[in-house]
Amino acid sequence: MSYFSLALTLIFVLIPLLLSKTFQLGLERDTIIATVRSIIQLLLIGYVLQFVFDSESYLFIFLMVAIMIGAATQNARKKGAAIKGITWKIAITLIFIEILTQGILIGFGITPPTAQYIISISGMVIGNSMVLSILFLNRFTAEMENHQDQTELILSLGGTPKQAIHSQLIAAIKASMIPTIESQKTVGLVQLPGMMSGQIIAGADPIQAVQFQLLILFLLLTNAAVTSIMLGFLSYPTLFNDRMQLVRKSE
Amino acid sequence: MQKTYNPAIHFQQVDFHAGNTHILKRVTGSFPQGRITTLVGPSGAGKTTLLKLCNGLISPDAGEIFIKNKPIGSYDPVELRRQVGIALQSAPMVGGTVMENLHLPFQLQGKKLEEKEAASLLDDVGLNQGFLGRNVKDLSGGQRQKVSIARTLVNHPEILLLDEITSSLDRTSTKEIEELIVKINTKYGTTIIWITHNLQQALKVADYTWVMMEGEVIETGESDLLKDPVNEKVRKFVKGEEA
Repeated sequence: MSYFSLALTLIFVLIPLLLSKTFQLGLERDTIIATVRSIIQLLLIGYVLQFVFDSESYLFIFLMVAIMIGAATQNARKKGAAIKGITWKIAITLIFIEILTQGILIGFGITPPTAQYIISISGMVIGNSMVLSILFLNRFTAEMENHQDQTELILSLGGTPKQAIHSQLIAAIKASMIPTIESQKTVGLVQLPGMMSGQIIAGADPIQAVQFQLLILFLLLTNAAVTSIMLGFLSYPTLFNDRMQLVRKSE
Repeated sequence: MQKTYNPAIHFQQVDFHAGNTHILKRVTGSFPQGRITTLVGPSGAGKTTLLKLCNGLISPDAGEIFIKNKPIGSYDPVELRRQVGIALQSAPMVGGTVMENLHLPFQLQGKKLEEKEAASLLDDVGLNQGFLGRNVKDLSGGQRQKVSIARTLVNHPEILLLDEITSSLDRTSTKEIEELIVKINTKYGTTIIWITHNLQQALKVADYTWVMMEGEVIETGESDLLKDPVNEKVRKFVKGEEA
């Protein structure tokens, strides 16, 4: 694509700007900021990736993945502010899921241990885990608030914190996993995944693009299950103290 | 008053805060074993907080609570909550049938509640066996409270805490619950601590009464104290409630 063609794509930014202005949505400023940020961030990351790929150094790959995990943690933690130590819990979950997926992919020789593969797949895995963490924390916090009387009831009858929180935890885990499972049911029918489309546009063999996309889809299923369950089981104990009481905000 | 009875629960200078609000202020006193004691007082007096402290759902910020002469902290929380049962004001239910709700305390212990035992518990609270399969959504307020009490009784608690369980019930249901509580007390020797707004109820069913206001225990004694209170604050409260 030439720079002139790229410039023409700004038409897709002008349309929402005009609509926002016409219908007084008040989103013009945010749209412009988002556009400028995405141009700068993507151009920057393009140059950084070029440098890392050329250097073929594992130190730079490690740094790139660490930055991704740090940024994803920072973004997701806001949704779980009520949970003590949520930053570390999210970070541990993301690190675990990264090690697990790369361990399987590289360990079984499914993908080569090069920057090109590690960084691209890490981006998808960590990004997806971040969204799942946000979905989980949103739902879990709401479930806790809405069913506090049920939690209290089970504790009052001699139940353990795990028993008291079980149904809320399961509801939140399921709610965060469902979008991943549902979107996979219609993949290829309703939407063509971005990565696969990108590969096809770049001239790759469609069958090869599909094979690679399938790998990513299966990987994201594991990602969804492990992220939600791990974050859930790391989060709930901090809501209770050693006397099996719901922790009060002042504690 | 408690000279003739061992204390089932004793509060010693108990303080409790919620954020910046001082809910309980140096509460001291005993609840006699095997008797019915009512807690009366205006809203915000700290009565519910006091019950939750007894069940170990919360802990005091200062002071000490003794259950059968042993500090509450020396009990395993799970064991404590099985011995000191609480029926909450809202009578929260888990979704499903009456049987599923009655089974809950046993389910938490990995045990199974036999249908015969469940039916006997329902009978104790004045509901027939036919209710076992009924969905809790279809119960009236009074029936819900009865199921809540029966569910608490599954653990055979030595102490039963009741939080305004008749506040939203009609006169007939209230009378049934009053009779039920007296029956439980007589049949099992259960110590009962009952929060009520209804002073007539306190006079009718309770051996003893605590009057609480703004986090403090104003007066304790035999329930007759409500008939002709000595304390000026209690006198005003009784007059206000009767008006």
